[in-house]
Amino acid sequence: MQQLVNGLALGSIYALIALGYTMVYGVLRFINFAHADLLMLGAYAGYFVAPALAPVFGEASYGLLAATVFLAAVACAGVGAGIEYLAYRPLRNRPKLTVLITAIGVSLLMEFGCQHPAVFGAKTRPFPQLLPAEQIHFLGATVSRVDMVIPLVTCGLLMGLWWLVQRTRMGMAMRAVSFNQQAAALMGVNNNRVISFTFALGSALAAVAGVLYSVRASGIDPLMGIRPGLIAFSAAVVGGIGDLAGAVLGGLLLGMLETYVGGLPGVSNYRDAISFGMLVVILLVRPSGLLGRAQVEKV
Amino acid sequence: MLEVRDLEVGYGAITALHGISLKVETGRIVTLIGANGAGKTTTLRAISGLLRARRGQVLLEGLDVTRCAAHELVARGLAHSPEGRMVFANLSVIENLRMGAYLRRDAEGVKRDLEFVYGVFPRLQERLWQQAGTLSGGEQQMLAIGRALMSRPKCLLLDEPSLGIAPKLVQTIFQKIVEINRQLGLTILLVEQSAHMALEISHYGYVLETGRILLEDRAEVLRTNARVREAYLGGG
Ligand SMILES: Nc1ncnc2c1ncn2[C@@H]1O[C@H](COP(=O)(O)OP(=O)(O)OP(=O)(O)O)[C@@H](O)[C@H]1O
Ligand SMILES: [Mg+2]
Repeated sequence: MQQLVNGLALGSIYALIALGYTMVYGVLRFINFAHADLLMLGAYAGYFVAPALAPVFGEASYGLLAATVFLAAVACAGVGAGIEYLAYRPLRNRPKLTVLITAIGVSLLMEFGCQHPAVFGAKTRPFPQLLPAEQIHFLGATVSRVDMVIPLVTCGLLMGLWWLVQRTRMGMAMRAVSFNQQAAALMGVNNNRVISFTFALGSALAAVAGVLYSVRASGIDPLMGIRPGLIAFSAAVVGGIGDLAGAVLGGLLLGMLETYVGGLPGVSNYRDAISFGMLVVILLVRPSGLLGRAQVEKV
Repeated sequence: MLEVRDLEVGYGAITALHGISLKVETGRIVTLIGANGAGKTTTLRAISGLLRARRGQVLLEGLDVTRCAAHELVARGLAHSPEGRMVFANLSVIENLRMGAYLRRDAEGVKRDLEFVYGVFPRLQERLWQQAGTLSGGEQQMLAIGRALMSRPKCLLLDEPSLGIAPKLVQTIFQKIVEINRQLGLTILLVEQSAHMALEISHYGYVLETGRILLEDRAEVLRTNARVREAYLGGG
């Protein structure tokens, strides 16, 4: 039971990050390698705003967590849309490889720029206590509060996201742009606006994941996004890149795998090897991912 | 309604249009005919803002719209049903039609226009919740036209509405085009390979050859023109 809750919590975090990769891929057909660093920025945003919010909402309270998550998400939404505007939009009509390499450059810039003492510094910082420390007893298991909260928050966000994508005008425009930008423009859709929105949304989800991840982790540092980012990227691919449900499924799968394999005596040191080994097997059997449809890459 | 002046468009080193001019009067159906690669699609794409002109102007209702982005032109009353249809395969039929009305805020008017489109293409109404990608080619063409109508345009560009469709259905689609033109008083610029039928329903025609306007005249005159007959109407 404890393992299940842990796995769900970790998987939810991966799912939130994976959604950002898959949404951006959906509209622009490229992998935003800088996405993982939005998680890091979200964590730092939380680190800085939480102490300021604590007097208002009370130390270690659900209100504090909610407010911190919200502000981090808003800040990162702006940063994500800003990165797209400054770094990717000028390259919109260039070969995909150019944009991909730019994304790697942006990622490295953020990771190592933030290590500068004038920014965040390279040392690991302790993340503020956002939730009460005592654990919860739940169906005979003892789990930390945050591990109970994470899947619930994620579930809520997923329902909101589903509603947004399937039921709103902006969501319909996102799906249209993802299918064919020219056709969408002929309907009167301002593609740039939809793309900015997509980046903002994906980055906000990464920030939520960043704060929640940091609450579970021992501390934060400018390189903290790399590992979860890599796993979430794999989750998006395993689920079928471009497919929202696939990203969630992939994230949960990898989170569960990591938790269960990590808990096995003797093999826990190899958990990443085993997780990624499974990933290779899945992709060998289903090259376009669990929920992905086989399709020809559009040029 | 629509005017093109001395339009030059190219792709990299290739020049596809060498300064063409044409005019579409309000309420008319005007046809642009020409062989494969003549530059018909390029013309429409340049008009609707999908391609940038190197030289020349596009005027919509007398206003210079040459530099307007495609989505801005929709707001100004232009609709373009593109070559290859480009229906949103991942959206349902009704969502495709709603995409056509993307910029509209008048729910009532949209509802009425949906009814109009169902009236013209009853087939679409039977398949509202079907994914557009699973429609047959002819149904997708109807959807592309219906979708373009949903923006309630003043001027409609149609690129080969008959492409890949059974001859019988082509006739139906052409009838519908005339119907739309009459009922809505909609100005239409039609690009067609089946020049014969296109000239039959049009008021005026232009013949495009390798990026230049070769001939222009009233449709009934073009139909009897020897060069047109030989080159585009299969002899006879
Ligand atoms: N994306 C492109 N890149 C380079 N050249 C292009 C491109 N699109 C069209 N062309 C060229 O421009 C010319 C005009 O093409 P266009 O598609 O306008 O012809 P068309 O009259 O619509 O032909 P069809 O009847 O076959 O549709 C052709 O020579 C074509 O090869
Ligand atoms: Mg063409």
